[in-house]
Amino acid sequence: MGSKRQFRIWRGDEDGGDLQDYMVEVNEGEVVLDVIHRLQATDAPDLACRWNCKAGKCGSCSMEINGKPRLACMTRMSTFEPDETVSVTPLRTFPVIRDLVTDVSFNYEKARETPAFAPPADVPPGDYRMQQVDVERSQEFRKCIECFLCQNVCHVIRDHEENKPAFSGPRFFIRAAELDMHPLDTRTDRKEYAQAEMGLGYCNITKCCTEVCPEHIKITDNGIIPMKERAVDRRYDPLVWLGSKIFRRGETPQTSVTSARAAGPATPSTTRGGVHSHAGGSHDPQAEAQAQSGVNWHREVPHPTAPAVDERGKLPLTELTFDRAAAPSPFGDDVTFPLPPEHLNFAHPEQDKH
Amino acid sequence: MTTTTRIERHHYDVVVIGAGGAGLRAAIEARLAGKKTAIISKSLFGKAHTVMAEGGAAAAMGNVNPRDNWQVHFRDTMRGGKFLNNFRMAELHAKESPQRIWELETYGALFDRTKTGKISQRNFGGHEYPRLAHVGDRTGLELIRTLQQKIVSLQQEDKREFGSYDARIRVFAETTVTELLLDGDRVAGAFGYYRESGEFVLFEAPAVVLATGGVGRSYKVTSNSWEYTGDGHALALRAGANLINMEFLQFHPTGMVWPPSVKGILVTESVRGDGGVLRNSEGKRFMFDYVPDVFRKQYAETEEEADRWYTDPDNNRRPPELLPRDEVARAINSEVKAGRGTPAGGVFLDIASRKSADEIRRRLPSMYHQFKELADVDITKEPMEVGPTCHYVMGGVEVEPDSGAAVGHVRGLFAAGEVSGGMHGSNRLGGNSLSDLLVFGKRAGGHAASYADSLPERPKVAVQAVEAAVETALAPLQRDTGESPYTLQQDLQAVMGDLVGIIRREGELADALVRLAELRERVAKVSAAGGRRYNPGWHLALDLRNMLVVSECTAKAALERRESRGGHTREDHPAMDPRWRQVNLVCSLEGDAVQLARKPLPKMRPELIALFDRAELAKYLTDEELAEFDALAEEAGN
Ligand SMILES: Cc1cc2nc3c(=O)[nH]c(=O)nc-3n(C[C@H](O)[C@H](O)[C@H](O)COP(=O)(O)OP(=O)(O)OC[C@H]3O[C@@H](n4cnc5c(N)ncnc54)[C@H](O)[C@@H]3O)c2cc1C
Ligand code: SF4
Ligand code: SF4
Ligand code: FES
Repeated sequence: MGSKRQFRIWRGDEDGGDLQDYMVEVNEGEVVLDVIHRLQATDAPDLACRWNCKAGKCGSCSMEINGKPRLACMTRMSTFEPDETVSVTPLRTFPVIRDLVTDVSFNYEKARETPAFAPPADVPPGDYRMQQVDVERSQEFRKCIECFLCQNVCHVIRDHEENKPAFSGPRFFIRAAELDMHPLDTRTDRKEYAQAEMGLGYCNITKCCTEVCPEHIKITDNGIIPMKERAVDRRYDPLVWLGSKIFRRGETPQTSVTSARAAGPATPSTTRGGVHSHAGGSHDPQAEAQAQSGVNWHREVPHPTAPAVDERGKLPLTELTFDRAAAPSPFGDDVTFPLPPEHLNFAHPEQDKH
Repeated sequence: MTTTTRIERHHYDVVVIGAGGAGLRAAIEARLAGKKTAIISKSLFGKAHTVMAEGGAAAAMGNVNPRDNWQVHFRDTMRGGKFLNNFRMAELHAKESPQRIWELETYGALFDRTKTGKISQRNFGGHEYPRLAHVGDRTGLELIRTLQQKIVSLQQEDKREFGSYDARIRVFAETTVTELLLDGDRVAGAFGYYRESGEFVLFEAPAVVLATGGVGRSYKVTSNSWEYTGDGHALALRAGANLINMEFLQFHPTGMVWPPSVKGILVTESVRGDGGVLRNSEGKRFMFDYVPDVFRKQYAETEEEADRWYTDPDNNRRPPELLPRDEVARAINSEVKAGRGTPAGGVFLDIASRKSADEIRRRLPSMYHQFKELADVDITKEPMEVGPTCHYVMGGVEVEPDSGAAVGHVRGLFAAGEVSGGMHGSNRLGGNSLSDLLVFGKRAGGHAASYADSLPERPKVAVQAVEAAVETALAPLQRDTGESPYTLQQDLQAVMGDLVGIIRREGELADALVRLAELRERVAKVSAAGGRRYNPGWHLALDLRNMLVVSECTAKAALERRESRGGHTREDHPAMDPRWRQVNLVCSLEGDAVQLARKPLPKMRPELIALFDRAELAKYLTDEELAEFDALAEEAGN
C-alpha cells in the first residue's frame, strides 16, 4: 500500500554537508518522523535525529521541513503533494552537531539566566490558594514543550549570531511573562528585568514565533506585548521618572531598568546596530555561502505583520508616556536609516506561489 | 587499544541516572543535602518520558472530597495491585504524596484549582475519591518542567555562592550510561558516552540513583519512547542487584496499531462506552463469542439487546465490548492469532458506523482531534485499528522500601520511579506513578546522600573495568559482519509481542525463552555502521543487550507464575491463587545467566491489614492468613 517518495535530507556536521537524495517507501497516514525512522532502519542507519514521544509532547523532533520549522512527528506526509520532494534540514539558528541534530544549548543557557520563581516566604506548602482564572494566564505559557521552534524563527538571532548574548528569545520572554503573571510570585521586576537583561527591546513584534508554536501559545499577544506595555508604563512614565529625580536626588535612580540602561553594554541601545524591523531574512554572507555549498534553505522572508493596535483599532498613542517626542517610528525605534545593505529585506511578490 | 581512548572523568558524591520525575526529585534532594550531584539523561533536559503522562498525580489531599485520606488511598493501591504490593511502599506513598505535591507548588507548579482555590482533583479508575492533581491533560509536562526549573533555581543559588551554575548540581544531557563500576560490592561510579560526540565519560561516585524508567521498547506496540530499553533494570542486574515482579506489565487492550504515526497511542475506554464495537477482518462483531461464564448474566447475548443498552441500561444487559480489560484483550488476541486480524495485527474498533459524525465529535473531542491531526484518520468516517499496547512495567529493582536502596549483593545503589519494583504490586493504578516518582525520588536522593556521607573512604574505580567497558561499547562499531541493530530489535519485539504479550501460555513462554537465547547470540555479534558522533544505530546496538536481559527476566518469571493476577494473564491458569500472592519472583544474574528465585512477601502490619474488610481479604488471602486475621480482629475486639 506504500508508494516511493523522494526525500532530500541534509547530512553532515559542523564541517559542512549537503542534501542527499533518498527514495523511501511512505505509507498512508505516516508522518515525516516515521519516514526518517524507516530510513534509519534501511538506507541510513546512522542518520542522526532527535525524538522521544512521537506525539507532539516533548518538543525533541524540531527540524525544518521544506524550509518551515516543524515538529517532524506532527507533520503528516499527506500534507505534501504525492510527487513533491520533501526536504528536511536541521534548525538553522543553532549550530549543527550532525545531520538533523543541532546544538540547542543556547536555550538551556538562557533558561539558566532567567530568574526562577520566587515563592512567598510566609506561605507554607499546602496553603497556596489561587483562583483558576488567575492561574490560567500563566498556564498558557506553561504548555510550552521547549521545542525551540520560536527561538529558531526569531529573526533577531536567526541570522545574527552577534545578538545571541543579549537576547533570550520568545521562549524565555513567555517564561518571564508566566512568572510575572503568577499569582504568588514575589518578584516585582520581571518586566524591567526582561527589558534590561533579556533583550525584550530587540523584539519588534513580527509574530513569527507565535506562528510556528506547535502548542498555539499566543507568544506575542499574550506574553511579549503585555510585558512590553507594562515595561513601558513603568519605565517611561514621566511621573515615576520625575519622582525618582525629585525624591532620590543624588542617588542612583531606583527602577532597575534605568540603572541597567545606564550601566549596560548588554542593553539593546548599544548593540542594536544589526537589528532591523519587521522581516527576518537578511542575506548575510554566511547564508550565501551555505547556499553555494548546495544547501537550499528555502529562504523566505516572513510577511510583514501589522503593528499591535488598541481596542479602538488604533495604533496606541503613547506620546504622553513615551520617552521621546512624537509617535514611535513605524519601523521600530531601534532602526536608524539608511540600513546597511546586508540588512535589507526583499520579499518577492510571488514568494507564496512556489 | 584502550590506552589511546580519551575518557573524561568527573567526581561526584551522588550520580543520578535519569532525568524524569524520579531522577530530578532525587537530585534535588541530594543537592539540598549538600552533596555534589550529577544528573545523567539519554535525552535533552526536560524531555524524559514523564512529559507524556496526561491524567494526573494521585495524592490524598482531600481537596475535592474531604473524606479522602491516606488510609483510603493505601487501600485503593493495594486493591489495584491485587495485594502483591510491598505494603510499606504503598503506605509511604499514600502518606507522603500530598506533601510532595504541595512542595511542587513552592517550586512554581500551577495545578488546576478548585472553587476555593485549592488544587483540583479528578476521578480516575480504581481511586475511590477524586484524587488526581492535574493540569489539563499535560500533568507530566508540568511536573517535569517544575522540577527542571527548581534545579535551575538551585543552580542560580550556587552561582551566587560559588560563581558557577554547575558548582553543586550539573546536568549531563544526551549522555548514556552503559555500565556501573564497582569496588568489591560497593558502587564506585558509572561509565557512559556522550551521544553527541561519542566520547566516553566516567563518573566516579560512591552513590548512584537509578531512575531510568521502563522497558516498553521491547514490545512491538507500545506507548513508550526509544528511551525505554530497560537500561536501569539491566545495570542493576549486572551490578548484583535483584529485579522483582518482572512478569507484571501493564497492557492497554486498545492502543492504535495502524497507521504507524499513531501506533501505540491509547484509545480510551469511553469509545467503547459510547457505542464503539470491535470487529474482526471478516466484519464480525466477535465479542459475543468471548463472554466468560461468570459474566454471562450481566452481558447481552444478541447485538439487538446490546444496542438497546446504550439508551436503556436498566432493562437490558451490557454489550460485551464493555467486559473487563483483560477479557477484551484476550478476545482481540485470540482473533488475531486465529488469522482474523488486520494486516497490522489488530482488530477494528468501529464507532463511525454507529454514531453520527456530530455526536462523535461532541463526545470524543480529543480523540477526534488527535487522530485527525496525527494520522489524518477521521474516526467519524472509518474504523480504528486497535490492539494490545504495552504501557508500564510494574516490575523493577528490588529496593528497601524506606530508603530505595537496592537489595542484593551491592551497596551504594538506589532506585526510584518506574525502574523500581514493589510499589505497584501486580498492577498500577492510574496516577499513582507520578506521585510515586516524587515520594521515592526524594527518599532515594536523601538516602543516597547520607550513604555517601557514611563512607569512611571513597570506593575506587578499577582501570580494567573501565577498559572492559570501553571495549564493550566500541565492539559494535568495529564489527562489520553482524546484523543490523534495527533488525534485531524488530525480531526481539516480535518475540515479546507475540509470545510474552498480554495473554500468555506455557508453551509460548517456553518457546520465547528458546528464541531469546538465539537472539542473545545474534545480539552479541551486532554491528553498527558509521562513526561515533550521534549515531543512533550504534546507540541502539548498545541498548539491545539491556532489552534482551530484561526480556529474559520477564519471560522466565511469566513462565514460573502459574496464575493470573493484575498485569500477568496466563490463559492456562486463568484464576488468581492466594498461595501465589505470598510469593515474589526475584531475578538476578549469575555470570550472564538469569536466575529466578521465589521470595516470600513481607507481611502487612496488623493496623494496616485491619483497614480492610474481611470479605475483601477473603478474595486474596489463604485460609491460614485469614485465620490469623480473625485472631487479630478478635484480639482487637477484646
Ligand atoms: C502515554 C503515557 C501516559 C501516562 N500517564 C500517566 C498518568 O496520567 N499518571 C501517572 O501517574 N503515570 C502515567 N504514566 C506513567 C509515567 O509517566 C511513568 O511511569 C513515569 O513518568 C516514569 O518516570 P521516571 O522518572 O521513572 O522515568 P522517566 O521519566 O521515563 O525518565 C527516565 C530517564 O532516564 C534516562 N535514562 C534511561 N536510561 C538511561 C541510561 N542508560 N543512561 C542515562 N540516562 C538514562 C532517560 O533519558 C530519562 O531521562 C504514563 C505513561 C505513558 C507512556
Ligand atoms: S515577535 Fe518576532 S521579534 Fe519578537 S520574539 Fe517573536 S519572532 Fe522574535
Ligand atoms: S513557546 Fe511554543 S514554539 Fe516556543 S519553545 Fe515553547 S512550544 Fe516551542
Ligand atoms: S517526538 Fe516529541 S514532539 Fe516530536
